[in-house]
Amino acid sequence: MTSSGGEVFEGFYEALVDDDAEQLYDRAPCGYLSTTPDGTITKANQTFLTLTGYDRGQLIGQMRFAQLLSAGGRIYHETHYAPMLRMHGQAHEIAFDIVHADGSRLPVMVNSVLERDPHGAPTIVRTAVFDARVRREYERELLRAKQRAEESEARATALARTLQQTLIPPIPPVIPNLDVAAAYRPAGDGSEVGGDFYDVFQIGIDDWVVAIGDVCGKGVGAAVVTSLVRHTLRAATVQNAEPSKALRALNHVLRGQHDTNRFCTVVLLRLRRARGEWTGTVSCAGHPLPLLRQSNGALRAVGKPGALLGVVDAPHLHDAQISLLPGDTLLLYTDGVTEGRSGKNFYGEERLAAAAARSLDSAEALTSAILNEVLEFQAGKPRDDIAVVVIRAPV
Amino acid sequence: MVSIATRHNINISGQPDGQPIVFAHGFGCDQNMWRYVAPQFEHEFRVVLFDHIGAGNSDLSAYDPQRYSSLSGYAGDVVAICTELELRDVVFVGHSVSAMIGVLAAAAAPELFTKLVLVGPSPRYVNDDDYVGGFSAEDISDMLESLESNYLGWSSAMAPVIMGRSDRPELGKELTESFCRADPFIARQFAQVTFLSDNRADLPHVVTPTLVLQCANDVIAPVSVGKFVRDRMPNASMVMLDATGHCPNLSAPEVTAAAIEQFVRRSTLALQ
Repeated sequence: MTSSGGEVFEGFYEALVDDDAEQLYDRAPCGYLSTTPDGTITKANQTFLTLTGYDRGQLIGQMRFAQLLSAGGRIYHETHYAPMLRMHGQAHEIAFDIVHADGSRLPVMVNSVLERDPHGAPTIVRTAVFDARVRREYERELLRAKQRAEESEARATALARTLQQTLIPPIPPVIPNLDVAAAYRPAGDGSEVGGDFYDVFQIGIDDWVVAIGDVCGKGVGAAVVTSLVRHTLRAATVQNAEPSKALRALNHVLRGQHDTNRFCTVVLLRLRRARGEWTGTVSCAGHPLPLLRQSNGALRAVGKPGALLGVVDAPHLHDAQISLLPGDTLLLYTDGVTEGRSGKNFYGEERLAAAAARSLDSAEALTSAILNEVLEFQAGKPRDDIAVVVIRAPV
Repeated sequence: MVSIATRHNINISGQPDGQPIVFAHGFGCDQNMWRYVAPQFEHEFRVVLFDHIGAGNSDLSAYDPQRYSSLSGYAGDVVAICTELELRDVVFVGHSVSAMIGVLAAAAAPELFTKLVLVGPSPRYVNDDDYVGGFSAEDISDMLESLESNYLGWSSAMAPVIMGRSDRPELGKELTESFCRADPFIARQFAQVTFLSDNRADLPHVVTPTLVLQCANDVIAPVSVGKFVRDRMPNASMVMLDATGHCPNLSAPEVTAAAIEQFVRRSTLALQ
C-alpha cells in the first residue's frame, strides 16, 4: 500500500469510529423524532431541538407531534397524514409548518414510518423532519405563478367566447311576403365558430340580398376572414346591382389582403319583388349551386358554376335569372351538408334532394329538418361547419 | 348515465337480508377508513360502504361544483343511495364531516334512518361568539394553504394512476396510492364546504336516535363540540372513546366498533 493510500485509510478509520450511534442520531442533518402511535413524543434528536427551539423536557412525554403544528397543519395531520401512516405504514414528503418555541413558523418536509409488533399492532412512529424554508418559498412562487396562469387563461377564454358570439351569423330578418329561415352549426362540438356564413339583408323596398359562403379553414382565423367577407358583401351589393360584380369586388378585397391567403366560396342572390312576384339574380363563386324545388315537386339546381374567390385576380363569374313562384322553395347550403360523413359515406346530394323533396310547410321546418338529419348522420359531431338558408315564396 | 353503484364505488357485504348499516367517510380519505370497523358488522348486518363523489374510487366526472357547494349535495347523495338500494331501517355511521351529512340526510328523509352514529361530529368548526368550534377563520385559510402545499406532490402524471382505477373494481378492496389523495380542485372545495359549514340549526330537527362517539383528544372536534351536538339533538347520547386524534375508526377500531354495536343493539331492544 502506498503512503498516500495509508493516509486515506486512517481518515476513513477515524470517521468510522468517531461517528458513533449517538452522534449519528443527535447530529443528523435532519430533525429526528420518535413517537407513540398516537403521536406522543418519546425521543427527539438535537437537530430537531435546535430547529424548533424546544428543550427536551418540554417535548418528551409532554407533547404530541400534531400539537407542534400550525392549526391548518393539524387538520391536514388528522385528515390525511395520520390515516395514510396508519394504512400504508408510511407517509412521505408531507409539507407542514411547525410552530417554533418563539411562535414563528418553520416550514418543514416530513417523512414518517410506522413500526409494528409481530402481531401487527402499531408500536412506534419514526419521523424525519427537514428544514424546508427555502424550498417552501420557491413552491409558493410556483403556486402564485400557477394561479396567475390559470387566471389569465380564464380571462382569455372568456374574451374568445365573447368575440366568437359576435361572429355567429344573425337570425335572418323577416321579409314581407317571403318565408326565410337559416341555420348555422360550427364543426365539432359546436363551441367554436368557423368559416361558414350566411347573410340576409335589405337594399330597398322589395329588394333583398341573400348570401351564403364558406371561407376555407376552421376556427378563429377563418372566422375573422368570414367577418371581413360578410361586411365587404354588404358594401359591394349596394354599389353593384349584379351579384357577379359584387363578388368581383369581394375578390378584389380578398386579393388585396396581405395578411391572408384564404379563399372562399359564395352564392350571392339578389331578390326583387315586382307585381307580386319574386325574381332573382344569382351568381355562384365555387359554391354548390342552390336547389330550387318548384311547387309541382320538380327539383333542380339553379345558377352557373363560377370560380373560387381570393385565388386569381379575374375570376370567371356569371349571373343567372331565376323566378320564385308561389309555392317554390330555394335551398342554399354549404358543403358541410353534402360532405357530412358517416364512416366512408357522405350525406350527399341525394339525401339532401330527398330531404328537400319532402313537403314541409315552412322554411323553418325544412331548415331544421336538414340540420338535424345532417347532424344525426354524423352522430352529432360534424367535421365541417354547416350552414343552410331556405327561402320560400308563399302560395 | 353511470349507475349509482359505480358513481359512488358502493361495496356491499355481510348479510343480504340483514339490517343495513351505511358507513360514510369524512374529508381527506375514502371508504377504506372503515376497513377495520365495517367487517365487524358483517355477521349480522348488510354493510354498505361508498365513496363521496370526488373521493377514493368515485366517478370524478360526476363532480358538479354547484351541487357540492354545500353539504346538502352530499346529504342528497346519501338519501339517493339508500333509496336506490331500497335500504330500510338504516343505521347510518358518519365520520367527521359525514356526521353532519348524516344529520342533513336524516332531516331530509327521516323515514329512511332508524339510528345515527356520529363519529367526531362538528356542526361548525369556526368559533362564533360564545360557540367554540376550535378554529379561527385564519386557521381555515392556513389549512387550505397546507392542502395546496401538499398537492404539489399531486402531479398530473399521477392522475391516470388514480382515475384509472375505475376500470379495476377489484381494487375497491385493496388499498392503493389514491387513498387520501384527490383532485386538488375537488379537495379544496370539499375542504371549504366542510370547514366553513354551520349546521348548528339543523341539530334540533333530527329526532332519530343518535350516538355521538367522541375521542378524548380530538384536535378537530373537541369534547365540548361533541357535547354541544349531544345537547342540541333531542334524542342523542354520547360515548367517550379512549382514543387520541380524530380517527378512532383507524386508531381504535375495536372500541369504536364495540360502541357502535352496543348502541345499535340497545336501541333495537328499546324499540322492541
